[in-house]
Amino acid sequence: MSQASTTSPAKTDAEGRRLWGYLVEFETPEALLDAAEKVRDAGYTRWDAHTPFPVHGLNDAMGLRPTKLPWLVFGAGLTGALTGLVLQGYTNAFDYKFLISGKPYFSLPANIPVMFELTILFAALTAFAGMIVLNGLPEWYHALFNRRRFRRVTADRFFISVEARDPKFHARQTRAFLASLGGSTPEEVED
Amino acid sequence: MERPIDLAAEPRRLETLAPRALRTAGGLGVVGLVAALIQGILTEEGMHRFYHAYLVNLCYFLSLSLGALFFVMLQHLTRAGWSVVIRRFAEGLTAPLPMLAVLCIPILVGRHELYSWTRSGLVAEDHLLQLKQPYLNTTFFIIRLAACFAIWMLLARFFFANSVRQDMTGDVNLTLRMQAISGPGMVLFAITLTVAAVDLLMSLDPHWYSTIFGVYYYAGGVVGFFALLALVVFLAQSSGRLPRVITIEHYHDMGKLIFAFVVFWAYIAFSQYLLIWYANIPEETVWFLHRQDGDWGVMSLVLLFGHFVVPFLALISRRAKRRKASVAVTAVWVLSMHWLDIYWLVMPGVSEGHLGLSLMDLTCFIGIGGLFVATAVLALREHSLIPARDPRLIESLTFENV
Repeated sequence: MSQASTTSPAKTDAEGRRLWGYLVEFETPEALLDAAEKVRDAGYTRWDAHTPFPVHGLNDAMGLRPTKLPWLVFGAGLTGALTGLVLQGYTNAFDYKFLISGKPYFSLPANIPVMFELTILFAALTAFAGMIVLNGLPEWYHALFNRRRFRRVTADRFFISVEARDPKFHARQTRAFLASLGGSTPEEVED
Repeated sequence: MERPIDLAAEPRRLETLAPRALRTAGGLGVVGLVAALIQGILTEEGMHRFYHAYLVNLCYFLSLSLGALFFVMLQHLTRAGWSVVIRRFAEGLTAPLPMLAVLCIPILVGRHELYSWTRSGLVAEDHLLQLKQPYLNTTFFIIRLAACFAIWMLLARFFFANSVRQDMTGDVNLTLRMQAISGPGMVLFAITLTVAAVDLLMSLDPHWYSTIFGVYYYAGGVVGFFALLALVVFLAQSSGRLPRVITIEHYHDMGKLIFAFVVFWAYIAFSQYLLIWYANIPEETVWFLHRQDGDWGVMSLVLLFGHFVVPFLALISRRAKRRKASVAVTAVWVLSMHWLDIYWLVMPGVSEGHLGLSLMDLTCFIGIGGLFVATAVLALREHSLIPARDPRLIESLTFENV
């Protein structure tokens, strides 16, 4: 465990390493939930909670807003349906008129299967790609993995990290605040 | 975090509600049926119209009970945990099946009014009906109907009785037995439901056939059942039952299921339409032709929008599914649309081009519906409204949608 200097609030130390943020460890999900509520109420915005498994109630405790993804998927679904309709309408009824078993050139029932398929296709691809993009993936490097103890986040430990770029971040006050949450001593994470 | 719910303090019995509901529903049921019968005998619409109104409502409430039976078996088949606290309501909704079996007797009595294939004069002139005689004859019809009801009643009885017994004993083996039966039960359910749908509804137009018809009846019934389940849960909670045990998480899931089966119904309905429309074979398309004439064309569009588009948009948002009132309102809407769907299956053959609503549709609805509610209440009267010692109860109590 390194005894980091608390006297210098500068974000870059002598060796040119930049402070990325702080990391606190908790032993139980209950302790994490309590701490998350306090971080939320303190007004931090660039922070995160890390757990080995989904913890019920964490979204509320963190004050996370609902994702925008459903709206993207809905929009993509509508786009897919319209694409199917326009594509078939244009090709069959205008560009290359083709009479099929006496049906009208523009015939909605016949177009619905393709409209349906494109709705699903567009919506599903948007859900997949949108989820990845909204989560900020792919991300090849993350400062948190510089800390050895963070490895236990996939096994049996719970963490809260606060980033230095949070507008409310202050090297000393934030450290003191995090130390009061009942977890481990806050650790500096370097970028 | 999750706080354990004190089951002892939870009002989880019908108690005073039961006698009141029994008297009201049972009374309305008898009055409704008698009134419908009197209308059938005395008014000029006659018994012909009475039997059709009766069939619509019998098939409507039957589909709800069958949806309930399907749901109960599905929960055991998938070993579902989330649904334990609402499963007893579904078990209760299977309880009207024996009563519905008895209510089939008027269908048999009025078979000549309903099913043209039972009239020997007509069959003698119709080559196609002669060819269908080995299947479409009265004796075999009664045997099939009796067999279907026997299987449903046995299955419903089995799941209800074992679930209730577990309230007393807490025996995990009962859950294992129900799981073991749910698989074969589901196969039997699929076969019998298809046979019954073909017999009771499709054979109204004996020339016509659609191989997807059983699934269509099933899809509508399951949508209707999920709506009814949400509504029953809402009403139970409104009258102070199970205030803490059933949470918004369970509404959310019932909302999802209504949403999913609304889409499934639309998928099946359109699959049936598209193939017949595309193939354009006269004896198949005539069925849809009747449903495009006059009022029925409007009704087909009402179903397209009311049975699919409106509930689809009403329930698509997560927030709408997580508000009890909006789930309940959508449930009432979906239940009405399901009724219209059954009406749309039966009536175009009776009143061509006209919607032809009759007061008998209402009295039959009240009659069969009243008895339906009364028998369900009767079955649940003595029991806890949740399977209190189900091994997965805790999972259901602490369930959250992530």
